[in-house]
Amino acid sequence: MQWEVVIGLEIHTQLATQSKIFSGSATTFGSEPNTQASLIDLGMPGVLPVLNQEAVRMACMFGLAIDAEIGQHNVFARKNYFYPDLPKGYQISQMELPIVGKGHLDIALEDGTVKRIGITRAHLEEDAGKSLHEDFAGSSGIDLNRAGTPLLEIVSEPEMRSAKEAVAYVKAIHALVRYLGICDGNMAEGSLRCDCNVSIRPKGQAEFGTRCEIKNVNSFRFIERAINSEVQRQIELIEDGGKVIQETRLYDPNKDETRSMRSKEEANDYRYFPDPDLLPVVIESAYLDDLRATLPELPPQKVERFQSQYGLSAYDANVLASSREQAEYFEKVAAIGGDAKLAANWVMVELGSLLNKLGVEIDQAPVTAEQLGGMLLRIRDNTISGKIAKTVFEAMANGEGDADQIIKDKDLIVESDSGVIEKILDEVLAANAEQLEQYRAADEAKRGKMFGFFVGQAMRASKGKADPQQVNQLLKSKLEG
Amino acid sequence: MHQLTLAEIARGLADKSFSAEELTRALLQRIHQLDPQLNSFISVTDELAISQAKAADARRAAGENGALLGAPIAHKDLFCTQGVRTSCGSKMLDSFTAPYDATVVAKLAEAGAVTLGKTNMDEFAMGSANESSHYGAVKNPWNLEHVPGGSSGGSAAAVAARLLPAATGTDTGGSIRQPAALTSLTGLKPTYGRVSRWGMIAYASSLDQGGPMARTAEDCALLLQGMAGFDPKDSTSIDEPVPDYSTSLNGSLQGLRIGLPKEYFGAGLDPRIADLVQASVKELEKLGAVIKEISLPNMQHAIPAYYVIAPAEASSNLSRFDGVRFGYRCENPKDLTDLYKRSRGEGFGSEVQRRIMVGTYALSAGYYDAYYLKAQKIRRLIKNDFMAAFEGVDVILGPTTPNLAWKIGAKNADPVAAYLEDVYTITANLAGLPGLSMPAGFVDGLPVGVQLLAPYFQEGRLLNVAHQYQQVTDWHTRAPNGF
Repeated sequence: MQWEVVIGLEIHTQLATQSKIFSGSATTFGSEPNTQASLIDLGMPGVLPVLNQEAVRMACMFGLAIDAEIGQHNVFARKNYFYPDLPKGYQISQMELPIVGKGHLDIALEDGTVKRIGITRAHLEEDAGKSLHEDFAGSSGIDLNRAGTPLLEIVSEPEMRSAKEAVAYVKAIHALVRYLGICDGNMAEGSLRCDCNVSIRPKGQAEFGTRCEIKNVNSFRFIERAINSEVQRQIELIEDGGKVIQETRLYDPNKDETRSMRSKEEANDYRYFPDPDLLPVVIESAYLDDLRATLPELPPQKVERFQSQYGLSAYDANVLASSREQAEYFEKVAAIGGDAKLAANWVMVELGSLLNKLGVEIDQAPVTAEQLGGMLLRIRDNTISGKIAKTVFEAMANGEGDADQIIKDKDLIVESDSGVIEKILDEVLAANAEQLEQYRAADEAKRGKMFGFFVGQAMRASKGKADPQQVNQLLKSKLEG
Repeated sequence: MHQLTLAEIARGLADKSFSAEELTRALLQRIHQLDPQLNSFISVTDELAISQAKAADARRAAGENGALLGAPIAHKDLFCTQGVRTSCGSKMLDSFTAPYDATVVAKLAEAGAVTLGKTNMDEFAMGSANESSHYGAVKNPWNLEHVPGGSSGGSAAAVAARLLPAATGTDTGGSIRQPAALTSLTGLKPTYGRVSRWGMIAYASSLDQGGPMARTAEDCALLLQGMAGFDPKDSTSIDEPVPDYSTSLNGSLQGLRIGLPKEYFGAGLDPRIADLVQASVKELEKLGAVIKEISLPNMQHAIPAYYVIAPAEASSNLSRFDGVRFGYRCENPKDLTDLYKRSRGEGFGSEVQRRIMVGTYALSAGYYDAYYLKAQKIRRLIKNDFMAAFEGVDVILGPTTPNLAWKIGAKNADPVAAYLEDVYTITANLAGLPGLSMPAGFVDGLPVGVQLLAPYFQEGRLLNVAHQYQQVTDWHTRAPNGF
């Protein structure tokens, strides 16, 4: 049986406001437990919420960026359930009338195509506190610093068809919220968390299979692995004659498997109703117009501009625009180096693999954009060859200085003096008299192969510095002669 | 001294007939002496009161002269008062000392009012008889075998018994007006949003409103002046200027159009109350008012709608009382579920549990549309009825309650009978309108109240009508025997 995977995601992004969504407490991560919990965050009797306008602004920015309808009359609702880290016994969220309605986001796939993913809605809500189950000798501790931190929950349509697509979508959301400056995107600190709804169906079938929700996955790698292991579980289950039951599951990265958390029958009835302590949020069109004017250039526009301005492919443009930092790095390299395609290539390939190897983000790259751009200048004016450039790049990564310094220190300048090159060639041919004989006796096809041998010998003799074009030309005439 | 109204006290303090401290000590002594008969206070705050009184005297000596400077009051025990137990009449909060002041408490303290204590109330303001309090029933000073009404029954009984001149109350379905009627007081529920709810422990957030309870309309004006105003800490508070209520008292009633809703005079109304209401109408006519019959056709749906919306909101508002952070916690919970179940089962009384269950049911999946949404639609219809009525009249008048104060325990077996006592008052809460109850006579020695309703933010008009009525009647000056 050929199975098709169907994935929809709910992404919780913590908005980067100074204070909480309904109280004046700070939202700094990592403070001493309960030092950022006010009367309101504690859910004291008699306290009331007051909406943080900054959270509204950030949600609207997101809505504008995904070309969504903004809920110009949106309503906060109470989601009722009991849990010790939920002080009021309800979470203030949005249900029927969210602040952001239908929108969409384009993602770049590895095969070079671009796919549009529908976004169903995004709504504002408050985060819960944290239960601490260690170090309390049989009891649990509650830290309410996080309680009341503003969240924007972004709900996608079930339009992703593989774990890779899902990761590409999460990366695109991650990039977008950082472009907008509305979320720091720090997944390790829980600033961006993902619930994955996964189901499978026979290829060609129209209706969806029964889905399972994998809760709270918090890294790109785990999202991919969690989805893949859940898909595998569902396939094996069905092919063994079983049935998927709708439930919430947790991913265990140590065992690389998902396990059941609670079934649909055990699910809470949240008894949503409009929060009577908060008035409906009315958003004026003029406000949105003003806000639209403050939007930075976003990935879709950037992708378009990278293609038209620099002549990059759609795929390259998408990769480079996938984060604000990477896009800025690339543009700086291109501006200094004067060749956008060359810059794109170096940023994506050499720098990309270096960052991968080091496991760091581009803002911590050991080679600055200025350094890389400076090196590209030396490639373009033929001071060094592309091959030598890799040596220079490595040296820059090791902190040995700028390209010019390294080229000088290591004596890496391209040898383009024809007299010097001819001398090298003469020596090479003299040292390989036997091969020279064979070459001259050979037919055209064989000669082609042997030509490479002489080039290699010549480059080696020049320690890679000889200008390859001149080597080719001069060698050809010498062999003929 | 205990017979003095707030207005008289203000004059006495201003002309130095007595000091705030003398007055406070006298009233505290009276409370300790007489309240055991009534049970109207949960906490008497002697030390706080005397220090506030001394501070008021000092401010006055320094040249200040506010109407509430040195005025003795009490707060219904659901207004958070920093450093003072704020129990909400519940075992759940018996051990709860509020860590902050409600806006109402802070504003009145700033105006120089002296807090004598915290008054008894129905548990979490749920009740019409003040019988559901964890601290026991409050007795009606007009007849100690009868209820004083509720839920602000402690404030009502204390003021009616001349333990102090005025107190705060809250009104979710009639909890200021009904006890005012049953104890011969003047009580005002302001427009929803007029008085801040910050620090006022919620029963039903979209209906709750704090207000003044006193013997005269003039005193209600003084106390309301100190309570009303926009509060940025309450998102439902309305940023509308507060008029000077005392200056609005003396307007002429000539030409005032008073509407009598025919639905307020139908079956279920004690005919003796109906007679007294008609007598009050005659008095107002003499003062120049014009009487019109009107109709509020959706009034019959008000009680069912109210008893869906209020419990629904309450079921959510009371979720925070879970034994985790404050309030009552059961002994030796064996796990989290046990902690929740027993803390709430043991901490809440039966009426509170009943309403939490009703509200939880009304909000449950599959029932929400049939109950909660429908109730909200009725609410809209009721509001529309009032809007239409106020096109043709300036105030609406009717009885505050269908019956006299009943005997303690008489309606315990039948909660619905008690719910029906709210029939005339809850429409103002559903519509968010201001309403006032004023004394209008006695039947068998038990007080009868007349209710006045006005358009949004017309508290001044209600106080004006009541004040003018009180210039030509003396019901409000009569004191119960023994007090």
